[in-house]
Amino acid sequence: MGAQLAARLGAAAVVILGVCTLVFLLLHLVPGDPVEAMLGESARPADQAALRQHLGLDQPLPVQYWNYLAGLLRLDLGQSLINQRPVAAVIAERFPATVQLTLAALALALIIALPLGVLAARHRGGPLDSAAMGFSVLGLAIPNFWLGPVLILVFSLWLGWTPVSGREGWSSLILPTLTLGTGLAALLARMVRASLLEVLHEDYIRTARAKGLSESALLWRHALRNAALPILTLLGLQLGGLLGGAVITETVFSWPGIGSLLVDAIKARDYPVAQGCVLLISLIYVVVNTLTDVLYLWIDPRVQ
Amino acid sequence: MVEQAGAERGVAGPEAGAAGAAGAAGAAGAAGAVLEVRGLRTQLGGAARPVTVVDGIDLRIAPGETLALLGESGCGKSMTALSLMRLLPLGGRIVAGSVCLGGHELLSLPEREMRMLRGGRMAMIFQEPQTSLNPVMRIGAQVAEAVRVHEDMDRTRASAWVADRVQELLRAVGIPDPERRAEDYPHQLSGGMKQRVMIAIALAGNPRLLIADEPTTALDVTIQAQVLQLLKRVQRDTGMAVLLITHDLGVVAETAERLAVMYAGQIVEQASCAEFFAAPAHPYSRKLLESLPTAAKRGGQLAMIPGRVPALDQSFAGCRFAPRCDRVLESCATTEPDWQAVSQDQQVRCLLWRAGPSSGVAAASAQAADVAQPGETAMAPAPASALAPKLGAEPLLRTEGLKVWFPIRRGLFKRVVGHVRAVDGVDLTLNAGETLALVGESGCGKTTAGKGLLRLEQPTGGRVTYGGQDLAQLAPARMRRLRKDLQIIFQDPFASMNPRMLIGDIVGEGLQALGIERQAARRRERVAALLERVGIGAEAMTRYPHEFSGGQRQRICIARALAVEPRVIVCDEPTSALDVSVQAQILNLLKSLQQDFGISYLFITHNIAVVSYLAQQVAVMYLGRLVEQGPVADILGNPRHPYTQALLSAVPSIDPDSGREQVRLSGDMPSPAQPPSGCYFHPRCPVARPECAQAYPEAVHLDAQHQVNCLPEIVGA
Amino acid sequence: MRIPAVRGGAHRPQGFQHDPLLLLAVAILALWLLASLSAPWMGLQPNQIDLPRILAPPNAQLWLGADDLGRPVLDRVLMGAGTALAVGLGVVLVSAIGGALIGGFAALGGGLWDRLMVRLIDVFLAFPGILLAIALAGILGPGLGNLVIALAAVGWVGYARLARAQVLSLRSREHVLAARALGVGSGRILLRHLLPLAAAPLMVEATFGMAAAVISEAGLSFLGLGVQPPDASWGSMIRDGVGVLLVAPHLVLAPGIALLLVVLAVNRVGDAWRDYLDVRSRAD
Repeated sequence: MGAQLAARLGAAAVVILGVCTLVFLLLHLVPGDPVEAMLGESARPADQAALRQHLGLDQPLPVQYWNYLAGLLRLDLGQSLINQRPVAAVIAERFPATVQLTLAALALALIIALPLGVLAARHRGGPLDSAAMGFSVLGLAIPNFWLGPVLILVFSLWLGWTPVSGREGWSSLILPTLTLGTGLAALLARMVRASLLEVLHEDYIRTARAKGLSESALLWRHALRNAALPILTLLGLQLGGLLGGAVITETVFSWPGIGSLLVDAIKARDYPVAQGCVLLISLIYVVVNTLTDVLYLWIDPRVQ
Repeated sequence: MVEQAGAERGVAGPEAGAAGAAGAAGAAGAAGAVLEVRGLRTQLGGAARPVTVVDGIDLRIAPGETLALLGESGCGKSMTALSLMRLLPLGGRIVAGSVCLGGHELLSLPEREMRMLRGGRMAMIFQEPQTSLNPVMRIGAQVAEAVRVHEDMDRTRASAWVADRVQELLRAVGIPDPERRAEDYPHQLSGGMKQRVMIAIALAGNPRLLIADEPTTALDVTIQAQVLQLLKRVQRDTGMAVLLITHDLGVVAETAERLAVMYAGQIVEQASCAEFFAAPAHPYSRKLLESLPTAAKRGGQLAMIPGRVPALDQSFAGCRFAPRCDRVLESCATTEPDWQAVSQDQQVRCLLWRAGPSSGVAAASAQAADVAQPGETAMAPAPASALAPKLGAEPLLRTEGLKVWFPIRRGLFKRVVGHVRAVDGVDLTLNAGETLALVGESGCGKTTAGKGLLRLEQPTGGRVTYGGQDLAQLAPARMRRLRKDLQIIFQDPFASMNPRMLIGDIVGEGLQALGIERQAARRRERVAALLERVGIGAEAMTRYPHEFSGGQRQRICIARALAVEPRVIVCDEPTSALDVSVQAQILNLLKSLQQDFGISYLFITHNIAVVSYLAQQVAVMYLGRLVEQGPVADILGNPRHPYTQALLSAVPSIDPDSGREQVRLSGDMPSPAQPPSGCYFHPRCPVARPECAQAYPEAVHLDAQHQVNCLPEIVGA
Repeated sequence: MRIPAVRGGAHRPQGFQHDPLLLLAVAILALWLLASLSAPWMGLQPNQIDLPRILAPPNAQLWLGADDLGRPVLDRVLMGAGTALAVGLGVVLVSAIGGALIGGFAALGGGLWDRLMVRLIDVFLAFPGILLAIALAGILGPGLGNLVIALAAVGWVGYARLARAQVLSLRSREHVLAARALGVGSGRILLRHLLPLAAAPLMVEATFGMAAAVISEAGLSFLGLGVQPPDASWGSMIRDGVGVLLVAPHLVLAPGIALLLVVLAVNRVGDAWRDYLDVRSRAD
C-alpha cells in the first residue's frame, strides 16, 4: 500500500505542477499584448511600460515562470491591479463563503441522492423509480443560472421567505444551496441507482441470497459496500462540477465567494486576481481527487 | 468431529424455524428421499410469450446420494437448480409443480421461512468461484455470516464461538492455515481456494442437500480433481445428498451414483450411472456419448447431432428431440413420449422403448452397430496415412528456445520492475500434415506460445524456423508475405469476428489484404465455395456475425483461416467454448480439412480427450516451459513426467475400468512473474528431490521422439 | 451439412415510434434545427427597440411579450436557438474530432508519446471544466468564435480519454489479431476494425457533449463572457431578465424553458442511442 500511496501522491504532484504551468500560460496564450488588453488600447505608453514592469512581463518567459513558481511557494500570488492589495489576502477573505456554499450543496446532494437512488433501485420499474429518474433527468438539464432566478422569483419575490441575494444569516444560504446542489443530487441519484442495480446482479449477491440472508442484510452488508466504490469516485470527480457551478451560482446570488470574485476580476481585467482564483479552485479539486484515490486504496482491498 | 457436531445441529436448527409441527410427520412420509420434485415448471420472460425453461421435471434424491443433472447449455439444468432454491432471476417464476425437502413443501413456504432453509437444510455452490465471493469482505466474515444466519442466537452471540466454527469449516474444506486465511480477501485466493470457501459457506448450515451448479467447470483439471475429491469426502462425512449439475460426462461418471439427462427443459432419461454408461437408452444420450472424442474413435469421425436445440417459447406436440433424432418414428412428431422402464434402474422418455424393453434394445443395438463400424455410415474412415504418426516426418515449423516475456511496469515513471515469463524457452517441432497438441492448464503460457509463433506477440528470444527463415527476426514486410502460410483460429468465436463486417468480407479479408485474389467477383466465388466447404452455405455472405450461433461462427472463422490456403493453422482452444455435440462437428471438420489439404495444426488445448482423438504429437507445458513431449500414444499411454502423470490422472473418465492410479497435486500453479528456482514444478511435485530446486532439468531422451525434462533418476531412464 | 442462421439478440430495443418521449424529443430537436436554419428568412426583428411596449407581457401580437428595451422575446428566443446550435455544433465538432485524433494516436503510438498525452489529459481534467472555459473566455474576450475556442479547449479531453481507452481495448481483440494474422496492414486495421467500433461510443458521448455545450454557451453568455449585445443568446436573455424578475418573469422563463427543452431532448436521444448500442454489443 505504501508504494501505491507514493505513486498516487507523485502523480498528484505532477498534475499540480501542470495546473500551475497551465494557469501561468493562460495569460501568455492570449493573442496580442496582455497589458494592452488590461489597460485598453488607448492607454499611454508610459502607463503600459509601468504595468509591464510591475507584472514582470518585460522579463524573458523562463524568468517569469521561475518567479511565478517561486512566488507560489511563498503564497505570493501578486497584487490586485484594482486596489493593489495582495491577491492572497483578497482570496482568503472570500474563501470561507465558497467553502460554506460548496459543503452545504454537497451535503444536500447526498441527503437527497442516497435515499432516492437506493429506493429507486429497490423498486426498480415502479412508480417511485420513474419519479426519481424523472427528477434526475430534469435536475441534470436545468442550469444553475436559470434555476437560481426561478427560485428567487418563487421563494423571495412571491413568497418572501428568503433574501434575494447576499450572505446574511442562515436563510440566505438556502436558495444558493438548492441551486448548486440540485444538479449534483440528480447525477448522484442516477449513479447510486445504476451502481446498485449493477451490484445486485453480481454473482456474490446470489451467493449471499443462497446463504439465506434477508434482503435488507443483502443491501446493507453486501450491495451498498460494493456500490460505494464507483459512487465515491464519481463524487470526487463531480466536486469539480460543484466548484465550477459555484462560480455561476455565486454570481446569481451575489454570494461573496471566490466564484463571484473571479467573474468580477475577469470583467475588471484584474488578471492576477483571476489567475489566483482559477489556481486555488483547481488545486482544491486536485487535492480532493487525490484524497478520493487514497480513500479508495483504503476501502477497496483489491487495489492494494 | 465437524460432521458429528453438524448432524446434531442439523436437526434442531433450521427445521424448527421452518415448518414447525408438520416437520416430523412429513419427514417420515417422504420415505427416505431428501428431495422430491414433481412436475416442476419454470418460465422466464413476459406473460405474453413465456419461455418454459423447465417443463415438468421429476427428481428424487436419497440421503448421501449424488444425482447428476446432465445437459448441454440452455437445456434448463441451472434454472432447475435455481428453481429448487427459489432464487430465480428477475422475471423467472415457478408456474407448477411441487418441491419437497425432507417432506416439507417448499413452493408454498413464505419467503421468510424459505430463507431459513436456504444455506441451512439446502445449500448451493456456483460455477464461477472468481465472482461468487464478495470482493470487499474478508472470507472469514463471509463464512461467519452464513454461520450466524443458521445457528442458534445463543451460540452466535459469542463471537469466539463463531470464529471457532469458521476455523473448523475452513479446515474441513482443506484450506491451509485457516486462522490467517480467514483474514484474506477473495482476490488473494486462487480459483480452487475460492471454491473451497464457497463449499465452507455451504456447509455452515449443515445442509441435507447440496446443489452444486457446474462447481468445477471454471477450474483447471488438476484443481477440479481436488475439489471433486473434497466434495466426495464431505459428502461421506456428513451424509448429505448432492445434486450435481454438469455438462461433463466424465465428471458424472466419477462422482455420481445416478444421473438425469436434460434436453430442452425436460428430463429424457434417468438411470444409475453403471447402467447409463453401459448402455444409454435415449437417442440423445447415446449421441452425446458418441460425440465425445476418445482415442478409440481416432479412425473415424465423431457422431454429430444435426440441427439445434429448439427454442423454448413454443408448445411442443411430440418429442422435442425428434427433429434431430436419427431413429425417429412417424409418431414421434405427434406423440409426446412418456416414461418407459428400460430396467429397474433406468427409465427413458422415448417411443422406441414403448413396446417394452426388447424393442428399445433392438433399436439400441442397431445404433451400437453404427458406432462399431463407422465405415458403414456417412462417416468416412480416415486414410491410414493420417492415423499413424510418421516416423522421421519432415519438420515444417520449429521453435528453439522461444521466449515471450511481458514487462511489469510500476510507479510514477512506469519503470520495468520485472517480467511475466509467459513463455520461457520452448522447443516445438511441427511436422507437415500432422497435429501437434500443446497441452497445459490455464496460465501455463500455451496461448502466448501460439501467438509468439505467429508474431502476433513479438518473441523476446529464441528462434521460429519456417521455410529456412527465422520468423522472430523477419522484417515486417517479409513476415507479412509469410502470413499466407500461417493462420490462427481463436477460442472465442464471438470476439474473433468484427461485428460490423459482413461474413463475406470477413472470410475474404485475407484474400484481399494479401493480394491473392484482387478481383471482387472471383473473390466472392472463392468465399462462397469456402463457406460451403465448412458447412455454412454461401448465403451467409451477406449476413452479420451476430446472426450465427457459436458453432457456426467457429466454422466461419475456420473458413477465414482456410481462405489463404495456409500450411499451418494454430488452433487456440477452438472448441472449449462449445457444447460437446458442437465440438464434435468442429473436430470432424478440422480432421477432414487436414485429410483434404494436408494442413498442419498446432492444437492448443487443455482437453486431453480432444488430444487423444486428434493429435499425433503432444507437448505438455507447465509455467512457460515444456515438461514432456512425444507421440500421442507415448505421452497419454506412458507419461513419465510427474506433472504429466498428475494432469492425465486428474482427467475424469467415463471408462469405468480405466483403473488409473490417482496422482493428486496439492496447491496451485505459481505466478509466471516469479517462477520457482530449478525445476518450475518442484514445489508441487510429489517425487521432488533436493536437487530439483537447483537447476532446470535437461531434456532426457527416452527414445527417438519421446523426451522429458526431469531428472533421469525420477523418470527411470 | 447445412445449418440455418439464427437471428440473434433476444431483446431488440423498441423503435422510437413506440416511445412517445423519444418521439417528442426528436420533434423538439427538429423544431430547433428548423428555427435556427430558417431564422434569417423569417423576417424576425430581434433587435427592434420599441419603447412603448417595454416589458409587455405575452399577448396576441407578441406571443412571448417584449423585453426591457421593447424587443420581441419570441424573435430573440428564435435567434438564441441559432446561437446555441452554432456554438453547440462547433464545439462538439472541434473537440470530438480533435480529442478522438489525439486519444486514438496516443493509444496507437504508445510509448513516451502516449505517456505525455496521458499526463496532458490529466492536467486538463484537473480543472473543473466550466472554470477553465470561464477563464479562457475572459482572457480571449467576447465573441462567438472565442466562445467555441474556449469550450472546445475544455471539451476535447473527454473524447481523447474515451478514444484512447476504446482503441486500447479494441486493439487486443481477437478479430484484430485475426486480421493481423491475415496480413492486413495497420491502416486498414485502423479503418475497418478499430474506428467503426470506436465511433459508436464516441458519437454517443458527442450527443451528451452537445447538450453540455449548449448549457455552457448559455452559462458563459449569462456571465457576460459569451455573445455580445445586441446579438441574442438564451443565457444573456436570462441575465437581462433577472433584474426585472418580479415585473416581467417571462423574460427569464421563456429562454430558460427553450434551453431546458433542447437539453432534455438531446439527452433523451443520447440515452436512447446508448441503450440501443448497449443491447447490440450484448447481442454481438
